[in-house]
Amino acid sequence: MTDKHLSTQFDAELSGISTRVLEMGGMVEAQVAQAIYALTNFSSETAAQVIAQEEKVNQMEVDIDRDLSTIIARRQPTARDLRLLIAVSKTIGNLERVGDEAARIARTVQRLVNTGVSSRMRLPVSDVGFEASLATASLRRSLDAFARLDVEKAIEVIKQDNLIDQEFDGLMRKLITYMMEDPRTISSSIDLVFVAKAIERVGDHAKNLAEQTIYIVRGTDVRHNSVESIESIAR
Amino acid sequence: MDAKVDLSVTEKAKLSVRNLNFYYGNFHALKNINLDIPAGKVTAFIGPSGCGKSTLLRTFNRMFELYPEQRAEGEIVMDGENLLTSKEDISLIRAKIGMVFQKPTPFPMSIYDNIAFGVKLFETLPRAEMDERVEWALKKAALWNEVKDKLGQSGSGLSGGQQQRLCIARGIAIKPEVLLLDEPCSALDPISTGKIEELIHELKTDYTVVIVTHNMQQAARCSDYTAYMYLGDLIEFGPTSELFMKPKRKDTEDYITGRFG
Repeated sequence: MTDKHLSTQFDAELSGISTRVLEMGGMVEAQVAQAIYALTNFSSETAAQVIAQEEKVNQMEVDIDRDLSTIIARRQPTARDLRLLIAVSKTIGNLERVGDEAARIARTVQRLVNTGVSSRMRLPVSDVGFEASLATASLRRSLDAFARLDVEKAIEVIKQDNLIDQEFDGLMRKLITYMMEDPRTISSSIDLVFVAKAIERVGDHAKNLAEQTIYIVRGTDVRHNSVESIESIAR
Repeated sequence: MDAKVDLSVTEKAKLSVRNLNFYYGNFHALKNINLDIPAGKVTAFIGPSGCGKSTLLRTFNRMFELYPEQRAEGEIVMDGENLLTSKEDISLIRAKIGMVFQKPTPFPMSIYDNIAFGVKLFETLPRAEMDERVEWALKKAALWNEVKDKLGQSGSGLSGGQQQRLCIARGIAIKPEVLLLDEPCSALDPISTGKIEELIHELKTDYTVVIVTHNMQQAARCSDYTAYMYLGDLIEFGPTSELFMKPKRKDTEDYITGRFG
């Protein structure tokens, strides 16, 4: 939003809400990173911190939604202002879900630790860590794209989602092999399957965020399109 | 400026404006306007003061001819005939293209006669039929229930919103094909405005409605098509839903989002 409105108050409201979306994005990004740290280090304590954060993230979603309603009621926004606010509404929903996924991972970590699973069992947690690094990078990039209204960067995020999906498929194959070779790992391997799925979902949410950025800038809804058609629509 | 007017919709045009230029003396107020007003739809003209939206509206029924300094060049075609050069009696053209103004303008006579007056100019109706016509027009204008027991009272005793609906009733009583509304709600409170907007929605089943408004939200609420004008140029014209959600031109976007000026 480069150009200024006649109403500086309206400008302040719009930039204020964008800032808070980014703040919320930063919170859930840290939550995911912490959850993965908890997993790779089997730290029940870090997992507890992640779960404690969930309430703050939920509250933030509620607060931003309330402010959105107020702006819409008071300003009757149109065109790109309206698109921004609609996109914000969808974006914070996605971010809240990312927070849920982080908490889910954290709860799994707690369960693993409680049942006596440790690094000695040589579960492929580092592979899960790699998938997670791809997903958090996508999330960060999608937030950057939103902050700068950068369509090119948003497209990159959408492309990246395929890589995360491939990584998830690879992990599945690997975990199945583990379970077949040593049935004692079945229980914890299944837990890791859920973690890997949660991370894959984080990637999906990052992709949704990127699609909303394209919507704000171009005014075109690119959801449910192939990467190729999104590229041709958005450019 | 050469406005790229994309009327890609396949609506039947009621009025086709072609290469229209308008002058107040030496002042060039409308610059080569081209657009089609779709039949049976509501078309809104928006833009800042002095952009030419009212001027354009006033060319449609040659209202400007009341002033010698003003002239229009180009074509406004309705039913195959250029209204600007038509030899038809000007009052017959205005009977086909009715107009309602910004301020309610009831005649200083009874509510009944306010409506019957215009009808009498074009038709000689027996009393019973005239009664029917008056009732029909007042019902169409959503005013009947409020005035049916005081048809003999003066029109100027009504509230502003009622007066404006009376003027609309008067406009439609002669059964025009096109209804021009020049800021019909700018002097009204929100409730009366709501009633007029509801009425506009009802009217489009029978008439082609063209409305000039300063209130963008009003254009967004009650029109099917919107034209954005600036300094005598038609900047953008298209379906209202698109123009307010995803305008094609930055100028339009700046205006409707309040970044203008």
